[in-house]
Amino acid sequence: MATPKTRASSFSRNIPSTAASQVPGVKSGPNGTLFLSSGISDLDKILGGGFPLGSLVVVMEDPEAPHHMLLLRNFMSQGLVHNQPLLYASPAKDPRGFLGTLPSPVSSKDDKSLDRDSEQEKGLRIAWQYKKYFGENQQNSNSQRDNKFEYCNEFDLRKPVQRQFLSGQRIECISTQDSPDLAALHDRCASFLKQFLKTDGNISGAGRIAIQSFCAPQCTYFEQEWRVLSFIRSLRSMIRSSNAVVILSFPPSLLSLSFSKRLQHMADTLLSVRAIPDEDKDLAKLLTGYQDMIGLLSVHKVARINTQVPVILEAATFSMKLQKRKFLVLECLNQAPVDGSSGTSYATSGSCSGSSKGRSLDF
Amino acid sequence: MDNLLDRALGLDGRSDRWPLRGKLVLVEDCVETGGAFVIHHIIKRFLSPQSSAFSNNSLILVAFSQPLSHYDRVLRKLGCNLVAQRDNNRFLFFDMLNLRFPDREDAKIGSSVLVSLFEKIYNAVCALSAENSCITIVIDDIALMEVVANGSSDSVLDFLHYCRTLTSEFDCSVVALNHGDIYSSMEKPMLMLNLEYLSNILVRAEPLATGSVVDVHGQLMVFDKGERDRQGTSGSKIHNFHFRVKENSVDFFYPGGRG
Repeated sequence: MATPKTRASSFSRNIPSTAASQVPGVKSGPNGTLFLSSGISDLDKILGGGFPLGSLVVVMEDPEAPHHMLLLRNFMSQGLVHNQPLLYASPAKDPRGFLGTLPSPVSSKDDKSLDRDSEQEKGLRIAWQYKKYFGENQQNSNSQRDNKFEYCNEFDLRKPVQRQFLSGQRIECISTQDSPDLAALHDRCASFLKQFLKTDGNISGAGRIAIQSFCAPQCTYFEQEWRVLSFIRSLRSMIRSSNAVVILSFPPSLLSLSFSKRLQHMADTLLSVRAIPDEDKDLAKLLTGYQDMIGLLSVHKVARINTQVPVILEAATFSMKLQKRKFLVLECLNQAPVDGSSGTSYATSGSCSGSSKGRSLDF
Repeated sequence: MDNLLDRALGLDGRSDRWPLRGKLVLVEDCVETGGAFVIHHIIKRFLSPQSSAFSNNSLILVAFSQPLSHYDRVLRKLGCNLVAQRDNNRFLFFDMLNLRFPDREDAKIGSSVLVSLFEKIYNAVCALSAENSCITIVIDDIALMEVVANGSSDSVLDFLHYCRTLTSEFDCSVVALNHGDIYSSMEKPMLMLNLEYLSNILVRAEPLATGSVVDVHGQLMVFDKGERDRQGTSGSKIHNFHFRVKENSVDFFYPGGRG
C-alpha cells in the first residue's frame, strides 16, 4: 500500500507552536496557518496537514454515488470529538436525522489491537535483538493515547455515534429546502462564524460548517445562479476572517459549466468524488485491488493561504476503500501488471467503457 | 535581475519611466494553474526601490479575492513590504471582501457598488497624480467583480472602460486578473472578448499539456500587442515559456531549459 507523499513548502517560518497545541484539534502549519483535521488521516497527509482555518473546501459530487457523504461524515465527527461547534445545512426536511449516521471514533482499546497486528508484522522483519526497543515505545504511546488529544481520529463507519455524545455538543442544523431565499442561511452562517472571529491573540476554539448538496434541485434557489455565487462569495469572505472551516458539496453535473467553474475558482481546496462502476472488466484489468474500491477521490486544488506556491501532488486521484469494512482509507492507484497475452496496450485500457464519463485516470 | 517575464512585459529596460504606463495588462488563468503569481510579480517590480527611484510609484490594489494579510505575507517573502508602503502612502488597499450580501437579488445594487468603487478609485488617482505619482491599479479578480455586480457583465465592462480612460487621462497602468476557463464554454463570452480586445498585454497561465509536474508548474503565454502606428498595430510579440513558482521568487525558463 503506497502512501501518498506531499512536498512541504521550501520556506517555513519558526512559529511558536505552544499557542495552537493548547487547543485540541488545531495544528499549526507553514506560513502562519492553522489546520483542522478532515477526519480522514490519509486525506490530511495528502493535503499537507488538513484543512486550513479560514478556508473553503468544495467537494464535487457524483450523482451516481453518495461518496461525498463519507467525507462530510468524517469531517463532522472529527469536529464532535474535538468539541468544535458545528453548523450543518442540508436539503433534507429534517437535517438532524443525518446526525444519527455519524461514525463514532474508535476507542483506544480497539486501537491497541490494530497496532499490535501491524507491530507483529513489522516484528517479522526486525531482527530479534532490536525487538526490545520497539516493545518499549509501543507501550508508551498506548498509555498516552486519548481520543481528545489526537489530531485525527479513526472513525468506525459501521458504528453510529451514541446519542449521549451528541446531546452535549453545540450542533446547529438548518434545512436549505424550505428557505425561500439564501438570506436565512447566510444569516445563520454569519452569526455562527461571529464566535470564531480571528484576533491577534491566541485562538480560543475553532468551528466547522458543513453544507451538503448545495444547489440540489429541490431547493428553491436552484435556478438563481448569481444569487448562489453571491452567497458563496460572501461566505468565503466571512470565513477568511474566522477560525473555522467550511466544507460544501455540490453536484456539478446539474449546473451549467461556467457556473460550476466559477464555484471551483472560489474554492480554496477542491475535491471531487467519483463512483466506480461495479463490474468494469477493463478497470479490473488496469488497477490492482479493484474489487475493494468503493470510489475515487480526486484532489484538484489545495489551499494556498498566505503563499503563492501551488501544491503539486505526485498523484491527484486516489481510491477510496473501506479497510475491514469500517475505516475509510485513501490509496494511490496502482496499475496492475499488464497481461502480455491479452495484447491490449495501456492507452486503450485507460478509458472506462462501463462508466458514462469516460475520463482517464490520473496516476 | 531580469527574467523572461520581465523581458516579455518590457520591464527589463533601464529607463526611468515605468514601462507599463498607460497600458492595460490582462492576466488569465484557470483552475489547474493559478495566475496570481504574475500579479504578485508585477506588484513587487512596481514597488521595488529601483522602479520608484525617480518617480513616486503608487499602487492601488482592489481586492475581491484575498485579505490584506495574505498579500502582505506573500509580497514580504518576495521582498516587498506592503504595510510600510501603505504607511508611506505609496500603497492603497481597497478591501472588497466585506461587501454585504444583498437582501435580495437586484442588478441595481450591484452596479451601484461598482459605480461607487470607481468614484473611490478616481478620487485616489486624482489625489496621487497631483503629487506627480506614477500609478498602477491592480484588480483581483474580475470574476468576483462580476459576482458582486450580480452577473451584470455590462456593469463590469463599463467599470473597466472607465478604468481604461484613467490610463489615457492619468497615464496609469491597470493590471487585472480573470479566470479564462469560466468563459470557455460560452458561445459568445462578450466580457472576455471585450477584455482581450481592450488590453495591451495579455498574459495567459495554463497547465502543461502533459500534466502537472513538480519542477514545472505550468506555461505562460505573453502577448504584447505593441504600439499602434498609422498603418495599424505593429511590433506585436508573443512569448512562450515555462515557470516554477517558489516562495521567494518565480523561475522562468524555456521548455527543456531547466537548471
